[in-house]
Amino acid sequence: MSRKKDLRQTIQKSSVPLMFVLICAVCIPISGLSPSYLANEVVTRMGRNAFLILSLLIPIMAGMGLNFGMTLGAMAGEIALILVCDWQIVGIPGMVLAMILSVPVSVLLGIFCGKILNMAKGREMITSYIISYFINGIYQLVVLYLMGSVIPIKHTSIKLPRGYGIRNTVSLLSMRQKLDNLIPLKIAGIKIPVATFLVVALLCLIIVWFRRTKLGQDMRAVGQDMEVARDAGIKVERTRIISIVISTVLAGIGMIIYLQNMGNIATYSSHSQIGMFCIAALLVGGASVDKASIGNVFLGIILFHTMFIVAPKAGAVITGDSMIGEYFRVFVSYAVITVALIMYETNKRRNKNRAGKQLETEQNGEGGAS
Amino acid sequence: MDEKNTPLLEMKNIKKDFFGNQVLTDINLTLKEGEVIGLVGENGAGKSTLMKILFGADVIRETGGYAGEIRINGEKADFRSPFDAIASGIGMVHQEFSLIPGFTATENILLNRESKKKNIISEIFSERMDTLDRPEMEQRAMEAIEKMGVKIESKMVISDMPVGHKQFTEIARELSKDQLKLLILDEPTAVLTEKEAEALLESIRGMAKRGIAVIFITHRLKEILSVCDRVAVMRDGCLIQNVPAKETDEVQITKWMVGRNVDVSAGAGKEEAKEKEEGEVILSIDRLWVDMPGETVRDVSLDVIKGEILGIGGLAGQGKLGIPNGIMGLYQAGGTVTFEGKEIPLNDPRKCLDSSFAFVSEDRRGVGLLLDESLEWNIAFPAMQIQNKFLKNYLGGLIKWRDEKAIQEVTQKYIGELAIKCTGSQQKARELSGGNQQKVCLAKAFALEPRLLFVSEPTRGIDVGAKALVLQALKQFNREKGVTVVMVSSELEELRATCDRIAIVSGGRIAQILPASTPSEEFGALMVSQVI
Repeated sequence: MSRKKDLRQTIQKSSVPLMFVLICAVCIPISGLSPSYLANEVVTRMGRNAFLILSLLIPIMAGMGLNFGMTLGAMAGEIALILVCDWQIVGIPGMVLAMILSVPVSVLLGIFCGKILNMAKGREMITSYIISYFINGIYQLVVLYLMGSVIPIKHTSIKLPRGYGIRNTVSLLSMRQKLDNLIPLKIAGIKIPVATFLVVALLCLIIVWFRRTKLGQDMRAVGQDMEVARDAGIKVERTRIISIVISTVLAGIGMIIYLQNMGNIATYSSHSQIGMFCIAALLVGGASVDKASIGNVFLGIILFHTMFIVAPKAGAVITGDSMIGEYFRVFVSYAVITVALIMYETNKRRNKNRAGKQLETEQNGEGGAS
Repeated sequence: MDEKNTPLLEMKNIKKDFFGNQVLTDINLTLKEGEVIGLVGENGAGKSTLMKILFGADVIRETGGYAGEIRINGEKADFRSPFDAIASGIGMVHQEFSLIPGFTATENILLNRESKKKNIISEIFSERMDTLDRPEMEQRAMEAIEKMGVKIESKMVISDMPVGHKQFTEIARELSKDQLKLLILDEPTAVLTEKEAEALLESIRGMAKRGIAVIFITHRLKEILSVCDRVAVMRDGCLIQNVPAKETDEVQITKWMVGRNVDVSAGAGKEEAKEKEEGEVILSIDRLWVDMPGETVRDVSLDVIKGEILGIGGLAGQGKLGIPNGIMGLYQAGGTVTFEGKEIPLNDPRKCLDSSFAFVSEDRRGVGLLLDESLEWNIAFPAMQIQNKFLKNYLGGLIKWRDEKAIQEVTQKYIGELAIKCTGSQQKARELSGGNQQKVCLAKAFALEPRLLFVSEPTRGIDVGAKALVLQALKQFNREKGVTVVMVSSELEELRATCDRIAIVSGGRIAQILPASTPSEEFGALMVSQVI
């Protein structure tokens, strides 16, 4: 009986990933895509996205929920890449330089974001979402007006014809998949970006190690109960800011890895949906607002991106219109976030009801005895 | 021996007032090393305030500090925050748990005092990058648990623990602090089973032997007598007795605790009460349970007689607040409630209001008032919402407009009747004093013209003058309009002066219902009878 209950609870807990396994299982045969093509795509996207999604983990640990603060880091990464591109520093050195350049910008944005989120405790998700819009405005100001007029940009290939501002797309041909192809490896026709995976693995190790540090322990404490942590002498606000800063810095680096794989920057849109897709992927992987593991990240990427690849195809096959699939995948990523958030709430409420039910049965038990 | 002469703790002439409300008067208390002192007193007697002063709580400083002097080991102490108090060796276990639910006992015991190992990165950046030394932490936690003498699982996560073990984890946390000299335990046995409580008492004896002084606050007098060297009794902000535990007994302590003005106007309606006892039952509560955090109600059955004022008394946290809140649907509840022969569905505030109940909440500012609205709005709003009063109908009721004139009239009426001090009926509720806000809450309930009125802690935090007025208004409302009133209060004397009958809640259950003229000592004994 208790085993049955356990099973039901596990299913309840992992209902979101299970739902996606189902969707994928239905869509893969319909789409008619070959397994090797599919595997290739998933592996590529794994390398492309893993670092970015991993940057979400630390704020969750510190109880700041699914945080769009990472979008700020992504913008910092793009600014750094644009500059490095203009300076014509190519290949891996260019990437490393861009990463270094992005860090101070990310830190500044992270502190700003953290300070605001400290004023909006408990509403971090929506607040950070709005902050990301606000900073997007400043980003556009910098990229559209200041670059070329105040910040020197030499090369006309990335400048708008009017003399200042950056073009819609900046080609990263000089860096394109340089990291992915650093150590070339092909297994059964599947191209594996070994170096990228190594960087991701390193980050995973760092996160695991970080959890065991004093700071990591403090973050977990703050994440679970701010008041108790404060009473114990932990500096709650500072700890929260640090967690956001770590997240934006990692997201900045992650964005550079992401863009080197893409091979070009969509100057005004690359970052705008990255937060949404990363959070959706993490939720699909079974994470919740207050709990996420490295395992959730990888499971999430596999499931979410498999759906991402097969859904438009399947949609096209079924309806004969490829737009339906395109619509479907955007729709689904928003739906996932909504559903996951609702499920989180209902679980919380269910647990609360359980306390009442227990009281009732206790009383009835006693009543029967007396 | 010098140590014998300078006591560990000396409190001299401690005085404290909250905005002119004297809550502590000239408290003198000394404590030697290894001494266990039991601190008892009714709710509101000033125990918690005294302990907050000793522990350097922020509340005290924010409300203007205190007068008098605290000396630790003969040195004058001036704690700016609890951290100062901790540093000079004072530990406190609060009534509410201060634990991180997802952490193990070890992690909680050593919260923010973890054992750490240095590494390269921490050398470069900061100490916070040190890794935790889990084996050593485990060892230190085990030591603290051993010191306590009660076995708890150090690797168990707090949220999986029974309540008693959480309490023990808190105590172990204090014991793990090397500098600990004085431990304050604020009702630690309230959540323990009998066996666990016994283990805790044993552990207190052990601590005393090690030279740790303990201030033990509890409502269970038996425990005080069995473990304490001395008993200090507080009443109305004064320390009225401080005697060796051997020289006293439960009956005497109870008398000291509640024995003030024993006969004052108690049972004002004594004769009427007798009549009413045989009267018609207006509200019948059967096997009610309420899941209100900190005020759990278990299996309460109670009949309210038409036209009476029924008092519900008891100590804090025993469930008396849960009864009205549960019936009114503010917290999850179960059981049956019958009003005038009709069953009232639970967990549905609107249904209660429709059956002409009214509720004056103990949470005045949170539930009771629209703080940023005018008095007119505050008083008329519920009646407008629920009973369509103060509305003018147009087009056969399709359009309803507020009847500003009627609203103003009714507000003026209550401002006069209840002597609400304000600049006018347009003043914002936030700007009134606590006592006057309470009067507004009452006026709001009166405007509903209910048949049954629940009043919860009507005099909490208001001054003496306002108190008398509020109680008078309730009585008057009951007599003149024939409204049945159920009044919940922590202050026994207030209940005795106002009510016809008083039900005492203890451990979430009704201990007994007695006429208000019963001597205070009996009520006092009932209050502690089933404390859990």
